[in-house]
Amino acid sequence: MALQPKVLMFGWEFPPEISGGLGTACYGLVSGLIENGVDVTFVVPKLYGSEETDKFRLVGASDVEVNFSTSKFQKNLEKVNYMQIHSHIIPYASPQEFMDREEFDIDSISKVDSNFSSAKFQFGGRYGKSLLSEVSKYAVVAMQIAQDQDFDVIHAHDWLTFPAAIMAKEVSGKPLVVHVHATEFDRSGESVNQEVYDLERRGCEAADRIICVSRLTRRILMNRYGIDGRKISVVHNAVVPKPAIIYPKRNLIDKKIVTFLGRITFQKGPDYFVDAARKVLDVMPDTHFVMAGNGDMFLKCVERAAELRISNRFHFTGFLNYFETNNLFGMTDVYVMPSVSEPFGITPLEAMRTGVPVIISKQSGVAEVLKNSIKVDFWDVNALSDTIIGLLKNEEVSKKLAADGTHEVNEMKWEYASLKVREIYNKTINRRRSVRN
Amino acid sequence: MKKLCFYFQVHQPFRLKNYRFFDISVDNQYFDEKKNHDIMRKVAHKCYLPMNQLLLEQIQAHNGNFKVAFSISGVCIEQFELYAQDVLESFKRLADTGCVEFIAETYGHSLSALKSPEEFKKQVAKQTAKIEQHFGQTPKTFRNTELIYNNYIGSIVQDMGYKTMITEGADHVMGWRSPNFLYSHCQHPDLKLLLKNYKLSDDIAFRFSERSWESWPLKSETFAHWVDSIPWNEEIVNLFMDYETFGEHQWEDSGIFDFMRELPNQIINHSQFDFVTPSEAAKELKPISGIDIHSTISWADAERDLTAWLGNPMQDDAFDSIYALEYLVNKIDDDKIKDDWVKLQTSDHFYYMCTKFWSDGDVHKYFSHYDSPYEAFLNYMNVLTDFEERVRNAAGVDEEYREVHPGILENFKKFLPEGVELN
Repeated sequence: MALQPKVLMFGWEFPPEISGGLGTACYGLVSGLIENGVDVTFVVPKLYGSEETDKFRLVGASDVEVNFSTSKFQKNLEKVNYMQIHSHIIPYASPQEFMDREEFDIDSISKVDSNFSSAKFQFGGRYGKSLLSEVSKYAVVAMQIAQDQDFDVIHAHDWLTFPAAIMAKEVSGKPLVVHVHATEFDRSGESVNQEVYDLERRGCEAADRIICVSRLTRRILMNRYGIDGRKISVVHNAVVPKPAIIYPKRNLIDKKIVTFLGRITFQKGPDYFVDAARKVLDVMPDTHFVMAGNGDMFLKCVERAAELRISNRFHFTGFLNYFETNNLFGMTDVYVMPSVSEPFGITPLEAMRTGVPVIISKQSGVAEVLKNSIKVDFWDVNALSDTIIGLLKNEEVSKKLAADGTHEVNEMKWEYASLKVREIYNKTINRRRSVRN
Repeated sequence: MKKLCFYFQVHQPFRLKNYRFFDISVDNQYFDEKKNHDIMRKVAHKCYLPMNQLLLEQIQAHNGNFKVAFSISGVCIEQFELYAQDVLESFKRLADTGCVEFIAETYGHSLSALKSPEEFKKQVAKQTAKIEQHFGQTPKTFRNTELIYNNYIGSIVQDMGYKTMITEGADHVMGWRSPNFLYSHCQHPDLKLLLKNYKLSDDIAFRFSERSWESWPLKSETFAHWVDSIPWNEEIVNLFMDYETFGEHQWEDSGIFDFMRELPNQIINHSQFDFVTPSEAAKELKPISGIDIHSTISWADAERDLTAWLGNPMQDDAFDSIYALEYLVNKIDDDKIKDDWVKLQTSDHFYYMCTKFWSDGDVHKYFSHYDSPYEAFLNYMNVLTDFEERVRNAAGVDEEYREVHPGILENFKKFLPEGVELN
C-alpha cells in the first residue's frame, strides 16, 4: 500500500500568474500535500518563469515534446477513446493532422524520418477565445506526460483539465480524482455553455472519486449533473497564512472603508453591494466603498452608483495584484461578499486573516464552515446595509468578530485539508487495486 | 454695408493625469503636466503661431479693414504662460493692431452659469483681469462657455454690465427666423445678441476638408459669394468657430491657411460686406427683435443643447458632486485649493464622460484622451474624492453625525454569530 502516493496533477494556472481563486487554491493544496509527504507533479499549460520551481515540481505542457510515432505512443492511441471537443477530435494521430487545423499553434515539429515525428504545442495559458483548442492540445500533451511519468493517481482541477485527465487515465490505467472548484452553473447562472457542461459531466463520470469545495457544490453535481453522491467527498478550501507585511493605511485615513473584492459579475452580486452602499450612506454619509475587480457588470455598477448619486463615496479600482489586494484589506473596515452563487469563496478568508470582519452571503460555500462571520441572504439589501452600519458603529463588536475570525482562519490550514485529500488518494488507489486483484 | 463678424474660441483644458484610487490622500497634483505641455506645443506649432501670423499680416495688409474677435479661456492663457510664451506674445501683437476684440468668458471655461451665478461672476472677473493684464483691453462682449445660453444666463450677463453677447443660432429656437440679424434679450433690450450662422461657420469648421462634400475643395471666392448671397434685407453674418479649426482640426495641407489668407480680400473688395468686431456690430446695427430662449442652447453636437456635458448619470453625479463643495471652498483661503477648484470645473471633464455615441460620438472621441467615458468619469471622481478631502480638512469640517434608527441595530443583532454580543 502506497502511503505516500505519487500524484500527477493537472491544473490551469499556478501563482504568481493567476486570474482567480483556482490558482490560489491549487497553490495551497499542493503546498499542504508536500508538507504531508505526498509527491506531486503539477502540470499547467504554460510556465512563466516566475513560479517557485525550487519548492514545486512543475511541468509546462508547452515544454513537452509529443512523440507521435513511437510504438508506445501508437499503442496508447489504441487504448484511448476518441473525444470530441468543440470541432476537434482528440487525439489526432499525428502532428500533421494538427497542422491541418489552423487554430493549433505547433511550436516546433521535428521529423526524424518518414514515420517518426514529434511536436511541441504553444499555449496561451489564459482564458481567451481559443480556450477549447487549448483544452484539446492539453489533452494530447497529457497522453505523453502520462506515458513518461511514474505516478499512482491522477488529480484534475476543474473542467479545463478534465479531457487531459481522462486521456492520462486511459493511457496509464491509474485512478482519477477530479476536483470541482466551480461548476458552469456558478459561472454562468442558468445560461450554461453546453460544451463546458458536457465536459464537466464527462470528467465527473470518468472519475473514480470527486472532491468538491463545499456541500453546495456537491448538491449541484448531484442535482444538475446526475452524479452519484456516494462518489463525492467535500474538502473545504483553506487559506495560507497572512502576508508578512500589512501596509499602513494611506488612503482616506480617517474614513471608514467597506470593500467588495472579486469579479464584478452576476454571480458575485455586486449590484446588491451598490444598493446597500446607498442605504449605508443615508445613515453614515462619510463612509467610503471600494469595489475592486473587473467583470462584465463593471460598467453597469459604475452607472448604478452614479444613478444613486454616490460616486463620490463609491470607488472602483479595477483588477488588483497581490500587493494591492493586501494593501486594500489593510485599510478595510468591513469586507462584504454578497455572492448569488459561490462554490466556495476564498477572499473572505483572506480578509479575515488580515483582521477584517466579514459579511458573506448564505449562498456561498464558505458559509458552511465559517463561524465568526455575519451571514445574510444575498438579496436582502436591508440586512446587508444594517449589518454594515452595525459593524461600523460598534467598534467592540467589530473588533471581537475580527479577532475571533482571524483565529478561526488561522486554524483553517491547507495542511489539514490536504490530509483529507491524501486519505482520498489512498482509498482510491486501494479500491482500484482490490478491484484488480 | 452688411457686416461679417469673425469670432474664434481659444481654449485648452488642464487635462487630468491618470489618478487611481490608491492616489487618493497621497497625491494632490491632479494635472498631467507633460500631456498638457505637449498638446499646447503641438497646437501652438500647428495652429496658434501660424494662424496668428496670418491674421496679423492680413490686418496690416488691409489697413484696419480686417477684424476678428477672440475669447481665450483663463485656463488657456495660463497654459500659454506656462508652456507657450511665444503664443502669448503673438496674441499681444494682434491686440496692438486695434483690430482685435477680446471677449469675456469664465476663467475655467466652466459650466458654472448653470449652477451658481456667484461662482460664475467670480470666474468672469478673474478671466477679464487676465485679459486686461496681457492685452490691455477691458472686454465689452460676453461669450459663455461653448455658447451656452438661456434667458436666465442672459440676465446675469446683462446684470454684470455687458451690452453684447454671443450665442448659437440654433434651429430649434430660431424657427423661421434668420440668425443674420442683431437680436436682443427678450426682457433686457440693452443686451444685444449675436447669433452664429452655423451653416456658413460649419462650412469652414467641419466640412472644409471633407472630400465627399460637393463643394470640396472650397475656394475663398466661392465662400465670399455664399456670404454675399444672403437675402437682401439681412444684415450680418456671424462666423463663430474654434480657433483650432485652423491647422489643427483642418490640417494645413487641406489648404485652410490659403483659404483664410485670401478671404479678407474677397470680402473687402468683392462683396457688400465689411468686417466688424462683435461690439462694433452691436453698436452699428439695431436689434430686429427680442428673442426668448428658455431652454438652454449651446453650439455642441447636433442637438445644440447641454447633452454633451450633462444628462447621463455619471455627468450629473460628477457635476453635482463638485458644486456641492462650493460652499466649503468659499470658506477657506488657500490658493492651491482655489486654483484646483476652478480647473476641475472645466467643461471638458464632463464632455469626456459623454455616452451619446450616435451622431457625435466621433467628435467626442476626437477631443478626448480617455479610452472611454467611464474611464474619464472614474478618473475624475478619484481626483474629486481627494479634492473633497483637502477642502474638508482645510475648512475643518467634522464628520456628519446622523442618528441611527434603533431598528437598524435590532436587525443587526439578529445576524451576529454566537459568542458576539451587542451591548
